[in-house]
Amino acid sequence: MAVSQDTPAPAAGFTQSRVGHGKDWLLLVVCLLSTCIGGVALFTLLAYVLVDAAGWLDWQFLTSTTSRFPEKAGIFPALVGSIYMAALLIPPAMVLGIGAAVYLTEYARANKLTKFININIANLAGVPSVVWGLLGLGLFIQLFGMRYGTLLVGSLTMTLLILPVIIIASQEAIKAVPDSLRQAAFGMGATRWQTISRVVLPRALPGILTGTVLSLARALGETAPLIMIGVPTAVFATPGGVRDKFTSMTMQLFSWSDYPQPEFQYGVLAAGVVTLLVVLLSLNALAIYLRHRFQNRHG
Amino acid sequence: MVTASEQSKLSFAEEPTGDGVLKTPPRPSLLQGVSIPEETPAGTSTPVINIRKLDFWYGRDQALFDISMDISDRSVTAIIGPSGCGKSTLLRCINRMNDLVDGTRVKGHLLLEGQDVYGAKVDPVAVRRHIGMVFQKPNPFPKTIFNNIAFGLRIRGRRYARSIEETVQWALQQAYLWDEVKDKLHESATSLSGGQQQRLCIARALATRPKVLLMDEPCSALDPIATGRIEELISQLRNDYTIVIVTHNMQQAARVSEQTAFLCLGKLIEYGLTRDIFTNPKVKQTEDYITGRFG
Repeated sequence: MAVSQDTPAPAAGFTQSRVGHGKDWLLLVVCLLSTCIGGVALFTLLAYVLVDAAGWLDWQFLTSTTSRFPEKAGIFPALVGSIYMAALLIPPAMVLGIGAAVYLTEYARANKLTKFININIANLAGVPSVVWGLLGLGLFIQLFGMRYGTLLVGSLTMTLLILPVIIIASQEAIKAVPDSLRQAAFGMGATRWQTISRVVLPRALPGILTGTVLSLARALGETAPLIMIGVPTAVFATPGGVRDKFTSMTMQLFSWSDYPQPEFQYGVLAAGVVTLLVVLLSLNALAIYLRHRFQNRHG
Repeated sequence: MVTASEQSKLSFAEEPTGDGVLKTPPRPSLLQGVSIPEETPAGTSTPVINIRKLDFWYGRDQALFDISMDISDRSVTAIIGPSGCGKSTLLRCINRMNDLVDGTRVKGHLLLEGQDVYGAKVDPVAVRRHIGMVFQKPNPFPKTIFNNIAFGLRIRGRRYARSIEETVQWALQQAYLWDEVKDKLHESATSLSGGQQQRLCIARALATRPKVLLMDEPCSALDPIATGRIEELISQLRNDYTIVIVTHNMQQAARVSEQTAFLCLGKLIEYGLTRDIFTNPKVKQTEDYITGRFG
């Protein structure tokens, strides 16, 4: 076949007007606007809170108990209570969450029952937190006879609340481990447990930890379940044991918002909000750090 | 031909010692009294694997039909055939990797040194510990080079863990990788090139000194130069290991193997010495496939 030496004429239909970039441009504007509105809203909120908190958020605020007088009020017992609660709920939540995720992804056969359980866990992750509070009330206080508003009941209820989130995050992380690695381990003569513990879990760990830390942040930001299990708003001492009553930062903020003095509603409350935000953002930063730390490690 | 009881050196129920020699006296074979007809191509050494009337199903779909073949000790056996003919399935039957797939079923016998791999009390994990496997795509663990090789030793417990450092070096030398990686043993294995990763996977499989090495299209993800090095390595290893290699590449089968099995639609069409299969096939279908008329 002879090859033509002439340069070919420009192909018809390649000009821009025929492709229809008009909708492209519209979508770009909509997306850009959505981003801007979200960003502006967040920035405004932060700016207002920071302005209100200025002058109130100081060392005295962080180290004092709450008080009738705004200048003497502080968040110390609530801050410690929240941290204790978080520390107490991590071990059971992680053991149960990772255990369930490993079972459902690595052991359970892909049958209808497994599918049913998986759908239910996904639904449980969307159950309103106040319902988890009711469950905690019915289960731990009325059935098991534990005391209202104790650290133990608070952390157990929060464990139930974040368990579905941890299970789902861990399942996703475990599913993301390439099957070729499992094949390699089994091909070497590893047992199922050796494959899971030495290959699958180390590889899934960054995802699992990220999910856990983020769900922990959710637990620290919840108020409704704590109201349901009778966590008090004004506690003047840090809990000395798991059976002691405690209060959380969210409960403290909730009660301050109800005080009549404007100094509470603006200054003290804003200082509390900033404290809570700092704790939550630190947890998010920890999640990001853990992710990078473990992803770059090749034990 | 050696009888089944004389061959039974391996026991899947107990851990072998570090050097691969069993200290407990050999048990009588599970298949004692079962007559094993001759299936070895003429002129080869004693078989280490005897496959007898093996049928295999994925759910209701039968993937292998009545496969009988003997695989010779310390030689390379290639399995060729068109896509979907059951090459990989047959390979994975040898170390019971198919057990990991839900809904699979096996009928027939597969003897490794006289012991039926599909016997009643056989633990598939124990079977896999006598057999190394190399996969289509290099799949090193996201660990260091050293820890990749040490993996097989560590999962076997303390007896193997004692001489890890020497074994790692020995395995890497076997795979002709030692000189390339000796200065970065504690760097990530995923930083190696594809060909190096595949040789690492071979070294990882060799570290536990298996009798048999199964290779499932080990070069299909590699460039021609890396392929050449793997083929060279296979030629070196044939003196010490029984190698079964599945390959799409007929030139590769002709280059590296001593026996070739041709599979089509789950049936063993022809099995014999590679030089006979490629120069003088007995079955028309084999000839058509080898000459490129179908497949």
